[in-house]
Amino acid sequence: MPSIQFRLNGAAIAVDADPDRTLLDLLRGRLGATGAHFGCGAGECGACYVMVDGRAMASCEMPMWSVADKDVVTVEGLGTVEQPHPLQRAFIAEQAMQCGYCVAGILVSAAALLKRNPSPTEAEVRAALDRNLCRCGSHNRMVRAVLRAAAEMAAS
Amino acid sequence: MSTSSPAPKLPVSLAANPRLSSWVRFTDHGRVAISPGKVEIGQGIVTALAQIAADELDVEIVRIEMIRASTATSPNEGVTSGSLSIQQSGRALRQVCAEVRQRFLRAASERLGVDASRLDIDDGTISGPGNVRTSYWELMDEVSLDHDAAAGPTAKSAARRTVAGHSVQRVDIPDKVFARPRFIHDLALPGLMHGRVLRPDISGARLIALNKEAARAVPGLVAIVRDGGFAGVVADNEAAADAALKALRKGATWSPGEPLPDEDDLAGFLKSQPVETTVIDTKAAGPADKPAQTLRRQYTRPYIAHASIAPSCAIARWDSDHVHVWTHSQGVYLLRADLAIVLKLPAENIVVEHIEGAGCYGHNAADDVALDAVLLAKAADGRPVRVQWSRHDEMSHAPFGAAMAVEIEADLDAGNEIAGWRHAIWSNGHAARPGRAAQPALLAATEIANPYPRMISTNPPAANGGGGDRNSVPLYDFPAWTITSHRLLTMPVRTSALRTLGGQGNVFAIESLLDEIAALRGEDPIAFRLRHLRDERARDVISAAARRAGWKPQRRSGLGHGVGFARYKNMGAYCAAIAEIESDDDIRVRRLTLAVDVGEAINPDGVINQIEGGAIQATSWVLKERVRFDRTGITSTSWTDYPILTFSEVPAVDVEIIQRPEIEPVGAGEAAHGPVTAAIANAVYDCLGVRVRDLPITRDKIIAAMERAP
Repeated sequence: MPSIQFRLNGAAIAVDADPDRTLLDLLRGRLGATGAHFGCGAGECGACYVMVDGRAMASCEMPMWSVADKDVVTVEGLGTVEQPHPLQRAFIAEQAMQCGYCVAGILVSAAALLKRNPSPTEAEVRAALDRNLCRCGSHNRMVRAVLRAAAEMAAS
Repeated sequence: MSTSSPAPKLPVSLAANPRLSSWVRFTDHGRVAISPGKVEIGQGIVTALAQIAADELDVEIVRIEMIRASTATSPNEGVTSGSLSIQQSGRALRQVCAEVRQRFLRAASERLGVDASRLDIDDGTISGPGNVRTSYWELMDEVSLDHDAAAGPTAKSAARRTVAGHSVQRVDIPDKVFARPRFIHDLALPGLMHGRVLRPDISGARLIALNKEAARAVPGLVAIVRDGGFAGVVADNEAAADAALKALRKGATWSPGEPLPDEDDLAGFLKSQPVETTVIDTKAAGPADKPAQTLRRQYTRPYIAHASIAPSCAIARWDSDHVHVWTHSQGVYLLRADLAIVLKLPAENIVVEHIEGAGCYGHNAADDVALDAVLLAKAADGRPVRVQWSRHDEMSHAPFGAAMAVEIEADLDAGNEIAGWRHAIWSNGHAARPGRAAQPALLAATEIANPYPRMISTNPPAANGGGGDRNSVPLYDFPAWTITSHRLLTMPVRTSALRTLGGQGNVFAIESLLDEIAALRGEDPIAFRLRHLRDERARDVISAAARRAGWKPQRRSGLGHGVGFARYKNMGAYCAAIAEIESDDDIRVRRLTLAVDVGEAINPDGVINQIEGGAIQATSWVLKERVRFDRTGITSTSWTDYPILTFSEVPAVDVEIIQRPEIEPVGAGEAAHGPVTAAIANAVYDCLGVRVRDLPITRDKIIAAMERAP
């Protein structure tokens, strides 16, 4: 099996992997990073989103060969309890979820948005999250949380 | 003969599980373990229960450790459903903690030589005059909690509560934000293997032959399991399990299956089936004049999918004739009972332990996949097997919320006042949960060799809120009514509990027709409702929502406003909703304004979160959702074919809570769906002058309704 090199949450790694296996499968399996979730396996729900070179993408249908030399950031790479990402702080402050299964993918989509647009309007936040599904109906809290994080980042 | 007055009654969950130590234990390092029988399904229940315990025990909430439900240790509280967890678990815990507190105060009094009435508790430290002090943890070895609860001890009065009644942050959210494993999907167990189950695309088809050659060749395959019509694979990684299942599918031969109804004539199907008919309620008026006119209207709602964001998942591990099951089932004891029937094992040989899944919104495939895992794990030689359904199977083999046809006849007098009211429901039953019957309700039980018949859904009794008939008895003071429920005895499309059971359909029907009658009279629909309601709490939520929405907003072209109201189950939370919609090419809901009364709101922000979520989910049901099928099988098996509301389509939601700390709390999770459904439908009429009585309210349905209108 070929060795595939890429960056995962800031660290350079090389894994021997079938190039047709999906990134999500590798992340959740061998790499033990279970933050990105399986939801549909067809790129239709956003639960598995990770950032690849700064863009939020579905890892459930991303073959490993396409990840070579790319910079991959999962929800685990956004922040920690000690050093949280402003989005993580804001999601807690706004209590922005019910079950929370979709949240990892939504945090990734929101982080990618704030990278390219640090001060989005509410409509821009909604548009950026349109590929992420939430079944519990916590959308408005999440939008408020993203706007709160943007404001906090602008102030610091 | 005894002359004593009857003993005060214990809360229902406590009467069933009276042992104090099964609910509360003090543990080392100044912690308190609270062990409810209800489970977290994203509704925030563990936080609200922690608040109740913290308040009653006078400890900081951070000291409380909430124990996940397990048949090995937890009180048996049946199922986490019906918006009953605060009512059942909350009341039990409050009573338990009040007694525990009293027992510790008594022990502290003895140790400190101070009368118990002069002792205070602050964050678990018990102190009295003269700076004497001890604590729960110093006393825990001498205060046994292995006693049955007494009904005597009384909980704190509402005014003395400092945690319950306030919005505290949910205890589970940090894990979910920082991606610490909390979901069953993320559970890492040593030696974990992965299973997949083969299910037909044809509805009701049975596996009759299976060529295993191709699947055997898949690297990583551990076992192929076949038991009658049940078949699946076990592999040492997920990709191998998927590949093996794909190969196995190619080798499968299926029986022809059973035809499905015409998805475009659900009412025709529902009304043509054999049924069991129950008169739910009648109210007779005195002799009445012949009605001046009778309005006869039919309302329908389609099958609706639970459509959890996570596919159902379970893990099972065998140890000789004992099996341990990890599950996101809503009822660990009920699942265990069904597993015991299928496995022909005593219940004691089975431990069922809850681990959080994604929101389920009712009886989805959580229980089914647990039996799948148990059956596949038999071939894993004592290693744990994790089974996860595909999105396709989640959207086609899990139970759906039942389709409904509701017909109402309203007799109107010469002044268009309601003189009589007949409400009839045709629907499959709304409940086929496991653990309640002599036969199992689990999918694989109908597939194995010597299969059990598929359980035909039934309806819970009226005392529990009913099923298809839920919310069908009007809360309004009409002079006479007859409410009839026709439960189907056939079930080509599998149905079971979805949030509100029949409540959404019945409230949609009642509130739509009320709106129509008010319009016929030229009366404001809110004034009309208030005129027919005696219950002050009902009147208050309607008035509060109206005030908050500035009822009635000035008429503007392209916008419409509508109202809906219900008291969930006629004995739970009161909720009124006002919808503002916009009609362009499609209907867009711009804003929902709701007022809700749950009695004592333990965690007000949690209640608001539940109401917001229910309102948005209901909007999705009303505007978009409908399980699709042809005559051979379910066709809405992906998010493309079963779209739900997206971020850009979600309305603003504004919620007001009417806080009533002195009234026993009830749940909030299902209160909004019916009122929001009706409010949107009534707003569509306000905007377009057309009544859509067939959900979902799509562009096509509006055009069809316009064509039908005179």
